[in-house]
Order: sequence, then C-alpha cells, then structure tokens
Amino acid sequence: MNNNTVISVHNLVKKFGNFTAIENLNFEVSAGEIFGFLGANGAGKTTAIRILSGLSVPTSGEAVVAGFKASSQPEKIKRVIGYMCQKFSLYEDLTIRENIMLYGGIYGMSKQLIRTRTLELLEKLRFESYIDTLIVSLPLGLKQKLAFSVAVLHQPRIVFLDEPTGGVDPVTRRQFWELIYETAASGITVFVTTHYMDEAEYCDRISIMNEGRIAALDTPAALKIQYDAGSVDEVFLKIARPTILLHPPTSSYNGAGSSPIKEVLK
Amino acid sequence: MKRFLGFIKKEFLHIFRDFRTLIILFGLPGVQILLFGFVVRTDIRNAGVAFLDLSKDEITVKISDKICSSGFFVRTENLLSYNDIDRILKKGKTKAVVVFESNFGHNVISEGKAQLSIIADGSEPNNATLVTNYLTAIIADFNRELAGASFSGNNLIQPEVRMFYNPDLKSQFMFVPGVITLIMILICALMTSVTITREKEFGTMEVLLVSPLRPVQIILGKVMPYFLLSLIDVVIILLLSWLVFGLPVKGSTVLLLAESMLYILMSLSLGILISTVSQTMLQAIFISMIGMMLPTILLSGFIFPIENMPVVYDWISKILPPRYFIVIIKNIMIKGTGFLYVWKETLILIVFTMVFIGLSIRNFKIRLQ
Repeated sequence: MNNNTVISVHNLVKKFGNFTAIENLNFEVSAGEIFGFLGANGAGKTTAIRILSGLSVPTSGEAVVAGFKASSQPEKIKRVIGYMCQKFSLYEDLTIRENIMLYGGIYGMSKQLIRTRTLELLEKLRFESYIDTLIVSLPLGLKQKLAFSVAVLHQPRIVFLDEPTGGVDPVTRRQFWELIYETAASGITVFVTTHYMDEAEYCDRISIMNEGRIAALDTPAALKIQYDAGSVDEVFLKIARPTILLHPPTSSYNGAGSSPIKEVLK
Repeated sequence: MKRFLGFIKKEFLHIFRDFRTLIILFGLPGVQILLFGFVVRTDIRNAGVAFLDLSKDEITVKISDKICSSGFFVRTENLLSYNDIDRILKKGKTKAVVVFESNFGHNVISEGKAQLSIIADGSEPNNATLVTNYLTAIIADFNRELAGASFSGNNLIQPEVRMFYNPDLKSQFMFVPGVITLIMILICALMTSVTITREKEFGTMEVLLVSPLRPVQIILGKVMPYFLLSLIDVVIILLLSWLVFGLPVKGSTVLLLAESMLYILMSLSLGILISTVSQTMLQAIFISMIGMMLPTILLSGFIFPIENMPVVYDWISKILPPRYFIVIIKNIMIKGTGFLYVWKETLILIVFTMVFIGLSIRNFKIRLQ
C-alpha cells in the first residue's frame, strides 16, 4: 500500500449464514481516482459498499478506508466519506438552504464554513435564486446535482455514488459527470456504481464483480484490449453472461436494483 | 450534540410544514374531546316522551308533569289510542311512551295500586335502557311522595343513592381519560412509525445511516419532537376538559403529567417497533390503526367495561398498554388517588416500554448484522 491509497481491501469475506456474498475480495483505490464498481445485480456490490461505508463488518479479511479499519472503526469511516444513492436523498419539504444546513451540521461543520461553501456551491451551479426554494419544486436534474454537491460539501476523502444517474436524461447525466470530474480533480476519490456502460468508460479504472469476486480490474482501455471488445458493455457481457445463464436471477442474493443500505432497512 | 440539535430542528420543520401532520397533532385532540364530550353521551337530556293517558285525572297529570319537568324528558305528544304508539315511535323523535290505564287515579286511591306501562324504542338498546331507567326512577320517586303523604310514619325503605367521585354522573368523566389514552397512542405510535418509515421510503434513511449520526441519535431525533408535542397535547386536553366540561384533575397534576410522560414514552417505543417491521408508510399506518386504534377503543375499557366482556377478551386486553393507563388516569383525575394506588399499573407500563425498546433494538441489529 502506498501513501496515495485511500481504499485497500485484503482477502475480504462476508457471509450471511451459509450464503457467501463476498469471497475473497482484493483491490486498492488511489486518492483522486474515479473508480467504477460494476457487476450484475447480486454479484456482491451491495455488500461490498456496505462494508466500505462502515455499515457492515467483514466476516474475515480487512478493508481499510481512509486509514480506518472497517472491522473496528466504522464510526470513523463514516465521518470521512460522503454518500449519495439513486433514490433522491434530500428532504423535499425543506429548502436548499435548510438541507445544506442540516447535512453540514450532521457532518460537524461550523455554521461559518457551511455558509462559505454554500456560496461557492451556488455560484458554481448557478443556484443563487433557488436558495430558499423547497426541493420538491426543483427539476430532477437539478436535484440530482444538488444531492451530489451536498454529499461532498464536507469535503470527504471518498464519496460513494450508488447508481447516481438513474432516471436522469443524457444531457443532465453529462453535466453530472462533469461535476464528478471536478470533484475528483479536487482530490476527492469517487467510488461509483452504475448500470450505464457508457458511464463506465468515463472512469479511471473499473472493476467488474461476479459471484462475490472481482473478475476484472483495469482501465477501460486495457480491459477492452484484454477481452478483445469494442466497448465496456461487451466486456461486461463477456464476464457476466456465463454465470447469469447458469444462475437465473431469482437465485441471486439481491432483488434487482436494490441499493446497499436499503438492505439494512429490510 | 450540535449535529443532533440540527437534526431535531429539521424534524420540527417537517412537522410544521405538513398541514396534515399539524391537523393530526393539534386539531384531532380538540375535535375528539369535544366530539366525545358533547356527542357521545351516556346520560340523557331532553329525550322525547309521549303519553297515552286513558284516565286523565289529577294523579296522571301530576306524574306526566313530573316527568317532563325533570329536565331529562320533553313531551312530544299526547296520544289518543294504542294505535298511535307504533306511529309515534317510528317517527323517531319519541324514545318512549308512557301509558296510564283507565281509572288510574281512582285505582291508586281506592285499591292502593294502579298499572302504568312504559313502551320504549328498542331499536336503540342503550338509549332504551337509559330512558326506562330514568322513567322508572322518576315514578318510584313519585311513589314515595304518595306513600309519604298517605302514611304518617315513614316506614318504607328509602334507598338514598349517591355517586361518589362523579356526583352528577357526567359522561365526560368517562370520556376525557379515554380520549387522552387514545389520542396519545394514536399520535405517538402512528406518527413516529410514519415519520421513520417515511425516511426509509424516500431514501433519506440510507444517507442518515451512512452519516456520522448514530442510529440511536437518528431515532431519538425523530421521536423527541413528538414527545414534546404530545405532552403539549395532554395539557391542551386537560385544559379543554376543565374549561368546557368543568372536569378538574382531582389528584396531583404533577403525578398525572409524569404518568402521561411514561405513557407517551411507551407509545413512542411502540411506534419505533412498528417502524422496524414496516417497509412503507401505508404499512405503518395500517398496523397502527388496525393494530392499536381499534383494540384501544374496543378492549381497553375506554367505552365498554372490561368486567362485562367474555374472559377471552379480558385476556387480550391484558396485553394492551392503554388498559393500564386508563386505570391510572381515571384514578388520578377522577378519584384523586395518589401513586400508591397506581404503582402496579405504572410498573406494567414501564415493562411494556422496555420490551418494545428491546425488540426494536433487536430488529435493528438483525438488519445491520
């Protein structure tokens, strides 16, 4: 592990009773990297993100996130990460300002700091006139960008994005990725899951999970050469299809489209 | 701590911004107390009564006048024949008909007894029972007057009935404690379970769980506002019942408020438990309404005395916390008893609270693994 590593996973195993969700996961993510975390539904992505974000502890092995161990310091991990999920996560009956104050407060930011960051943010996104508008009356694209901005407001070391662009139109998706690039450029590591393979191409490196293991991990370009494929989409299908055929979706661990923490709530 | 305060503030914003929540929180208690206090009555006032007087003498006139001047009854009609009875009862305004036999007064004086019948509208059994009881009592009273006049010594047994704790038999005495019991479980259990499942449904719970807030803080932050507002509700209900119905708290108000806090805490932990087993707000509403509201109304002794129920229902009502709170609140409010008389019920409520909290934590841990 070099100094630049923010996530390092060694021999990570997670079992639920007799079911093995993750068997022996190993990878590292560097600071400022945009890391695409792909895999079919039920491949173990959900469980992995839950462990990396301090919501679940490994059965064996270790994941070190921003220098803290997932097995023994999950509360410390939570302080230095940001999280945004597919489900829109701001409070619709609060204004933009109130949402920002709330999340800033939860992450222990001072009022002064929140105010400064809010101003910067509004200027960047050209939201100034909306500051006291209830979220519910904003268009979806704007909400999504706002949710992302709030997730990185406290300048976390890593931000986890779980299918952040679900249900968003292509133009807004493009703008959303520009925000992601900016964030990564500022040194925040972006850990993103997606089902859009064109988005996977935007990542610095991608990993494709299958059956609780990482089946492939490299830059999109290298993977395309390795699997002799024209796009990441083809790579994905070559890796994921055999097992999808062997195991029909009903036998997989998660229902389609479930997000990592939603599992907690069931 | 600062994180936590911001979180509580946000919950208040949710409450004050949602019109429906506000209505349930503050409109409902007022409406319920006035509804139950004025509309649902177990005493009678101005019930319609008709007379079929086949004798028309001094005594029958006296009796009917006495009935109508009691304040409980108003004369709707003087009937002429038996055929009219069915007609006037069907009209609905008349709840009972008093029939005097012919030669009623003569029979009383010469034979020492006379026949009178009361025909009540049995399609409303409760009302019919009340009306006939009141009529019988008035006539018995008249009987005694007559007897007192004809016998020089008062040698008849004269029971003198007094109602302790509620001398006027006001039905509000029964309903106010019941409404407090019902409203508290409704607001606390229903509203907390809904507000927590709302976060789940909207996806904000995920973000909160990943945040540095501890699960305990999240839950406390969600329920604390409801605890405060429910307590305000108790005070509003007590004030209303005092100002509108003249129902004071006989016992210690401090003790009553302390017991109310315990009951609110119990209801909140029940709400949390409901939220751990429901995925959607609809589910939470369903469990709270069907699972808590109906049994509370029907089986807690709120309206129907538990003593008169079949034993099975008695057992069921034993696992309903409201049953115990009703005993506590009735004792303190109406009888004015102290803690010594309600410590058992208090202890049971504490046990309920701990069980609900324990189960909630267990459910939560299972999900967190």
